[in-house]
Amino acid sequence: MRSLFRMLGRALGFAAAVFAVAALAQGPVEVQFYYPIAVGGPIPKIIDGYVAAFEKENPGIQLKPIYSGSYQESIAKALTAAKSGDPPVMSILLSTDMYTLIDEGAIVPFDDLVKTADDKAWLKSFYPAFMENSQTGGKTWGIPFQRSTVVLYYNKDAFKEAGLDPDHPPATWAEMTADAQKLTKRDASGKVTQWGVEIPSSGFPYWLFQGLAIENGANLMNAAGTEVYFDKPEVVGALQYWVDLVNKYKVHPPGIVDWGTTPKDFFERKVAMMWTTTGNLTNVRANAKFDFGVAMLPAMKQRGSPTGGGNFYIFRKSTPAQREAAFKFIKWVTQPERAAQWGIDTGYVAVRADAWDTPEMKKYVAGFPAAAVARDQLPYAKAELSTHDNQRVTKVLNDALQAALTGAKTPAQALKDAQRDADRLLRSYR
Amino acid sequence: MTRTREWIYAWLLLLPAMSLLALFTHYPAIANLWHSFHSTARANHPSVFVGLDNYRSMVEDPIFWQALKNNLWYAVGTIPLSIALALLMAIWVNNRIPGRGILRLAYFTPTILPMIAVANIWLFFYTPQYGLLEQFLGSLGFASHNWLGTRSTALPALMVVAIWKEAGFFMIFYLAALQSISPQLAEAAAIEGASRAYFFRRVTFPLLMPTTLFVLINAVINAFRMVDHVVVMTRGGPDNATELLLYYIYEVGFRFWDSSYAAALTMVLLAILAVVALLQFAFLERRTHYQ
Repeated sequence: MRSLFRMLGRALGFAAAVFAVAALAQGPVEVQFYYPIAVGGPIPKIIDGYVAAFEKENPGIQLKPIYSGSYQESIAKALTAAKSGDPPVMSILLSTDMYTLIDEGAIVPFDDLVKTADDKAWLKSFYPAFMENSQTGGKTWGIPFQRSTVVLYYNKDAFKEAGLDPDHPPATWAEMTADAQKLTKRDASGKVTQWGVEIPSSGFPYWLFQGLAIENGANLMNAAGTEVYFDKPEVVGALQYWVDLVNKYKVHPPGIVDWGTTPKDFFERKVAMMWTTTGNLTNVRANAKFDFGVAMLPAMKQRGSPTGGGNFYIFRKSTPAQREAAFKFIKWVTQPERAAQWGIDTGYVAVRADAWDTPEMKKYVAGFPAAAVARDQLPYAKAELSTHDNQRVTKVLNDALQAALTGAKTPAQALKDAQRDADRLLRSYR
Repeated sequence: MTRTREWIYAWLLLLPAMSLLALFTHYPAIANLWHSFHSTARANHPSVFVGLDNYRSMVEDPIFWQALKNNLWYAVGTIPLSIALALLMAIWVNNRIPGRGILRLAYFTPTILPMIAVANIWLFFYTPQYGLLEQFLGSLGFASHNWLGTRSTALPALMVVAIWKEAGFFMIFYLAALQSISPQLAEAAAIEGASRAYFFRRVTFPLLMPTTLFVLINAVINAFRMVDHVVVMTRGGPDNATELLLYYIYEVGFRFWDSSYAAALTMVLLAILAVVALLQFAFLERRTHYQ
């Protein structure tokens, strides 16, 4: 019997020791965060490097980065976790997920965390084009981090072969059409061996289409995310031009052009010009075995491109200490030098103007001027399509675009139907 | 006393499997039915009972009907072909031919590969202009075609991937069944002068019926369950031409966050599978001889 008591006593002592250790371990603030990977490159290594450097400077904070898959998988995981009551403290998610996250009550605005003059200056330092997708109703819900725009990549060798000036990429739709006609090569039987231009249309065609619409003089939605303008004449005209590239000018492959294989088409010289994200810059630089150029998207009534990519969000279900810690990290990682290095390492657009004045960035741009094209395009960039019930509204537009591109509907009819469906979805948010 | 003990013993043996089934299959199914009668909870709108509203909006949802239609075509297109191909391959590699081990492995390889990887490979097979299929057809003088980017060919293109993936898996079952058929039957038939076709029709095929039933049920379930390649290759596009029921449920549930509507859609999928399974058991059971 006595030995039993002794055992019990020992067990209790052991348990107490374990609890003591656990209590000590609770000392630092733990900040879990999700991050997706959407472009090539050693992203996890870079993120782990940031985390280690930040923790060294801030011993009271323990960051737990978790790779969460694609953007789509990340929002699914983050929202599922939020619904089950155990979300990460912060997460990098698409800037367009803002309304969804607000409607789900999953995130908190940054306004309560921005207190000092320094903080306020920091918040103002980002490019306004990126903040459009980060603010609504007078509050800031997201902080730009891995952001991009659409640019035009072109094969300079193909330009030379076609008798075009390789240093003069198309600046207008008319020029792009004319160049594409010269760049489209057919063999003796009339089969196309090289297309003039590709605008990918699988997965999220709305993003590239938005570039066309802005260039034609209209964006697709209002700033409150409650109205869309799919059936405006400018928007219909933009889709008509895309369809014309295929059917009328025959310089763009018919059917749906896959987003994922478009860069490969470009490397294989099956297409001379492609529209894709600036995030592909590092990929193209590594894989194109010819001299290539990067240009702003061509203008119709104006230049234009949607922004894209991911923002930092802070989740509601977190302690004040965790929010402060997350905020500290977000500020730390968006400092000019780091924003610049992140842009150089990944191909994303450095999110603030002063990042482009850092010595590293200046050196990089001097050796690789293509990197600055996205920055130069930013003054013309507009917010990416984002509304309440965003994924559904976006799908309505995607389906309409694909219907028009595959010839099932005329552009006007497809967009009229899309407007009707989107209005029905957005009614309850007005 | 012993009877009671046996009884307890039996239930104890059943308990682990039962509780797992109840926890991960029966309870979710019932909870799902319950959710399908409620609205989706949002930040400021808690979930309320809405009766059949979700089912009513389903009737009016053109994408649901499109997905259902696509899925039926997908089932009709993939099931008979993959089973026929499996049987053919099994009979082929059951013969004593040189290198049959390698042949069997070759037929079985698609099954081992993960669907995501397979879909990525096929994505490049189907790529216009320089994809494998295009190069082959191009060398024969055919015009270039955008297989996944055209409404009429996108779903058949996915069906081919599914057949290619499934046939090898079903072949294994047929192969095992063929090897369990006594060779004496073939000898007896040969003595009686029965032709090979007659022997197959009257002896082999009836003896394979239990396997066919099993394979058929699996094929039906897979036709409604396998959507990995849709995610990789088309994401339901162009314009919902390859939208399958389960992929639509995923979209509604995890992209639109309308979990109640997704629950209602899931009930439809469950009902379809239940009906198909019941029909198969009712009709085929009678024609099936178990040894």
